[in-house]
Amino acid sequence: MPVETFHTLIARNKRNSFLLIFVFLLLFVGMGLLIGYVWGAGEMAFAWIVAGIAGTIAFILILLSYFGGPSALLSLSRARELKKEDDPQLYNVIEELSLAAGQPVPRIYLINDTAMNAFATGRNPKHAVVAITVGLRQKLSRDELQGVMAHELSHVRHYDILYATLMAVMVGVLVMLCDVFLRSLWFGGGSRRRSRRSKSKGGGAEAIILVIAILLAILAPILARIIHLALSRQREYLADAGSVELTRNPEGLAAALAKINGDTEVLEVANRATAPLYIVHPIKKFEARAKKIFSTHPPIQDRIQRILSLTV
Amino acid sequence: MVVLWVVLAVVAVLVLSFIVIYNGLVQKRIRCQEAWSQIDVQLKRRYDLIPNLVETVKGYASHEKETLERVIQARNAAVAADGVQQQAEAENMLTGALRQLFALSESYPNLKANENFARLQEELTSTENRIGFARQHYNDSTAIYNTAIQKFPNNMVAGMFGFQSRDFFEIEEPAQREAPQVQF
Repeated sequence: MPVETFHTLIARNKRNSFLLIFVFLLLFVGMGLLIGYVWGAGEMAFAWIVAGIAGTIAFILILLSYFGGPSALLSLSRARELKKEDDPQLYNVIEELSLAAGQPVPRIYLINDTAMNAFATGRNPKHAVVAITVGLRQKLSRDELQGVMAHELSHVRHYDILYATLMAVMVGVLVMLCDVFLRSLWFGGGSRRRSRRSKSKGGGAEAIILVIAILLAILAPILARIIHLALSRQREYLADAGSVELTRNPEGLAAALAKINGDTEVLEVANRATAPLYIVHPIKKFEARAKKIFSTHPPIQDRIQRILSLTV
Repeated sequence: MVVLWVVLAVVAVLVLSFIVIYNGLVQKRIRCQEAWSQIDVQLKRRYDLIPNLVETVKGYASHEKETLERVIQARNAAVAADGVQQQAEAENMLTGALRQLFALSESYPNLKANENFARLQEELTSTENRIGFARQHYNDSTAIYNTAIQKFPNNMVAGMFGFQSRDFFEIEEPAQREAPQVQF
């Protein structure tokens, strides 16, 4: 691993993220157009309408989830809000980080679970929330705790919640679109439209386009998920670098991750939907078994290595 | 006619860029000023906590007069310090004195067990860290601001409106460098 500063790592990760999102948008618009083209029997106007409708649905869903707020997630996780008197050390640790970041102090929640994990949510630094499990709170030293909290605060700083929402909705709408398309073909919708509007386009070309459309409609959702997960891993590395940027202490976070890695207990309240928001994948067995491309989080050993190779 | 529109469009773009750059520089400069005053806020917090600490310790270890007095003197010197250099020296002395005070608690189990003392210990540890982080944030903001006014084309706007480079918070002598995180 070449030695690098967190500045260069952060810059590189941001570039990679933009690239991935760009590819994703192309995929989304492309599939929308292609499907619309097939449905409309070659009319480009119809194709744009379909892409437009899909885009609008996605946009509305994004707005809803973005402004929906963290309360649903928190009540799902058996969390209780903490005031300074409840845990002065934790409060101090987080307030120190807020100073380093120049941001308001987030709301702090304690999750009643013995497994070791933490997460952050909230659409921007002003509405941020961080949560930590009882298990993690008790087992970490002050420095390690600060490393973990800095990682979570970095997620907020980097607007990762926004990214995650965007991606989840885009993937969802794309999968839905492809699904609807494939079903419509199965029920012969396309061919009926074709015979009604028969144009002088060669039947062969249309058939080829139809085949390509079907292939892509099957592959696109898989590709979308792979891109989504790659993006998710990028943001985890970015948050690790962000943590070092705040604390200037790589060892703290590295030690915390090593401790968490050694812990075999499964987080009871988490499930697959909320997994990407946690600092490590809460379902341990899944992480061990999952192949690299299908994991939301990079492998912990890899993360520890990268963190320790950062020069401050 | 078309040429006129093109010229107007170019002018509009230039004016808009100008405004955006100017506002960005103002924002970054204010952030530096905010960060600077934040350092003072945290320093004051420490000065206010110390008398409380001294009183608590006196209750259990009143014959450790020397150590206690050193702390009070160091604190007063820090409050009275003038200028960054003098203040940094005074701060350093104060940290050293506090460290001795907390080391004391090892010999006085009753003191160590005292809840108030434990709370003050955490508060002072946190305050030391906050001072360090506040300085770090100031330096980060300054780096961002200085970079912004030197980059092209921002440097032209900066030159026109007198945006000056800011100094980093630096401690001159290597002996006075302290890591931002302190654990007593």
